[in-house]
Amino acid sequence: MTEAFLTSADAPTDVPLKRRLKRAERARQVKALALVLPLLAFLLFTFLGPIAGMLWHAVDDWEVRKVLPLTVAALASWDGKDLPDEKAYAALADDVLAARAAGTLAIAAKRLNYAVNGFRTILTGTARNLKAPPEPGTAKETLGKINPAWRDRATWAAIKGASGPVTGFYLLAALDLTRNVDGAIVAAPPDQAIYRDIFVRTFTIGLSVTVLCLILGFPVAYLLATLPAGRSNLLMIFVLLPFWTSLLVRTCAWIVLLQTNGVVNDSLRFLGIIDAPMRLIYNRFGVYVAMTHVLLPFMILPLYSSMKAISPAYMRAAASLGAPPLTAFLRIYLPQTLPGIAAGSLLVFILALGYYITPALVGGGADQMMSYFIALYTTETANWGLASALGALLLAATLLLAVVYGKLVQGQQVTGGMKN
Amino acid sequence: MSGDASLRTTSQRIAWRATIVLSTLVFIFLMAPILAIMPLSFSSGSYLTYPLPGFSLRWYDEFIHSARWMASVKNSMIIGVASTVLSVVLGTLAALGLAQWKSRFKPLVLAIVLSPVVVPGVITAVGLYFFFAPIGLTGSYLGLILAHTALATPFVVITVGATLQSFDMNLARAAASLGAPSLYAFRRVILPLILPGLASGALFAFATSFDEVVIVLFMAGPEQRTLPREMFSGIRENISPTITAAAVILTTVSVILLATMEGLRRRNERLKGNSA
Repeated sequence: MTEAFLTSADAPTDVPLKRRLKRAERARQVKALALVLPLLAFLLFTFLGPIAGMLWHAVDDWEVRKVLPLTVAALASWDGKDLPDEKAYAALADDVLAARAAGTLAIAAKRLNYAVNGFRTILTGTARNLKAPPEPGTAKETLGKINPAWRDRATWAAIKGASGPVTGFYLLAALDLTRNVDGAIVAAPPDQAIYRDIFVRTFTIGLSVTVLCLILGFPVAYLLATLPAGRSNLLMIFVLLPFWTSLLVRTCAWIVLLQTNGVVNDSLRFLGIIDAPMRLIYNRFGVYVAMTHVLLPFMILPLYSSMKAISPAYMRAAASLGAPPLTAFLRIYLPQTLPGIAAGSLLVFILALGYYITPALVGGGADQMMSYFIALYTTETANWGLASALGALLLAATLLLAVVYGKLVQGQQVTGGMKN
Repeated sequence: MSGDASLRTTSQRIAWRATIVLSTLVFIFLMAPILAIMPLSFSSGSYLTYPLPGFSLRWYDEFIHSARWMASVKNSMIIGVASTVLSVVLGTLAALGLAQWKSRFKPLVLAIVLSPVVVPGVITAVGLYFFFAPIGLTGSYLGLILAHTALATPFVVITVGATLQSFDMNLARAAASLGAPSLYAFRRVILPLILPGLASGALFAFATSFDEVVIVLFMAGPEQRTLPREMFSGIRENISPTITAAAVILTTVSVILLATMEGLRRRNERLKGNSA
């Protein structure tokens, strides 16, 4: 409507009207934006801010800087080739004494222990044995006597590496990488190199569940899309009811069904198929069954809506032109379902990557996914840096896939697949 | 291709039968756990096995008379209702604004508004834990309500937005041209028409909060433990029949929500059919 006015507004007498319309439109736009702003402000506080804070924790390196400030300052000019000079040793002695008095030494010790295993012992032992500031010029000798580690370049490199204010340490650690004495990026020692395995495991579980959902979901979506509306609406309840049932109820139900003396094992024994109960839960099998069950509706619903849009006339045309049913299916029907397959698979994969509750309840120790370790490092061991670095990587993977998904389903109705 | 009536060749018929058989198996897979857990909650014995030794309501009795479970139901209701109200207000305003706002930043804003749905729960929970702990919002109702509102609002934006797509903005213009102040026009013209979308958005929001457990795990103190949180620790320790009773109650709530939602959808479709 506005545009029609604007195009007819070429005559000079119409200029004020054109301006008035523009002004009215601008006021409308400001009003529209003002309606969205409360939610944006709210999300800034309850979502975007917290996520940004987590990302900051992944690179924030404040502990050593705060507890050993003199040492950090003294090491700033250290080139790392030889042992640092006397000045740095004296600074460290002063810092350690001050930190011990303030009770903050454990904070730095914890951070340095992440970089070099056993650093905690070095630092606390030094603090215990250092009674008073060393005589001027003897700090290097005194500290070396207390713990020979102070004669090792690597000890000092660890402090310098942890001097902050920002660090790539946690992000590197999350990729099983570390910096060596000379600052080069190398593979982490094998006892700390567990995260690539966890990534691989997370992606393996996510991918397997996606494939299982696709295999199980395809015929169901096809049936629902092909049946007359009345019958298909009735059968849709079998998809929507589980979809709406609490995740915890479903997980709990699977444990009841699959446990050693559960319904499945009892039935199989009753039928004489097995003699002893099989282990069906608290292992990878249980994770696959429960996760596939939870995520299957997220596959069926997008598949269904893409199949619903395919006109049966295409298949009839293919048949009338002499295509055997299988050929018609593979060359005419299947290609048209590809957007639905892609959308459903991406959605299931994205959701599966972030799963926590289900694997935590039905998986064993070797079935825990990324989320489990993020939670573990946050609440149990309070290694916030590593938790945040792992979180940042998981977030990056998720957002990347979500962008692809967004491009894919642009304009498509996706509400049905949005319930988490 | 509707049903098997139009299927002519043998191979087509076989393929159709296979589809039906496979689908039936998948339907059984989908429904079995929900159906299997229900009778166990009415068992008179304390083992979760079939056949049931007898029928009894003792586990429901135990659930209702347990202070811990009842407190969790109360917490779930408080947090669920409060975050539903908050997310309906914020989400409806945003949906109304987004429907009229024209800008190249709109896709970005939309992505931000919808992102709480996509971001893994643990990441949101960890971020909130770091962010809310220093300002005293962990272990508080307010903190959980705010967090659940953030998770639930996208659903309100989506459902209300979908309703607005079929809403004729000329109606609002007509109201304005007849001299209605915009708040009055909203209350008397827009609100009644988008009410079905708003209601299903509210149901979505409530269901999201009522089922959420990851954030509660990180942020709730002992005072704010919700029903799913109580179930989580129950499943961890040892699944007792009381938990199956809780599961049946939760499922019943879901069925009621689903039925209401379906009713709203049908009503909406009928209205659309009448006006067309």
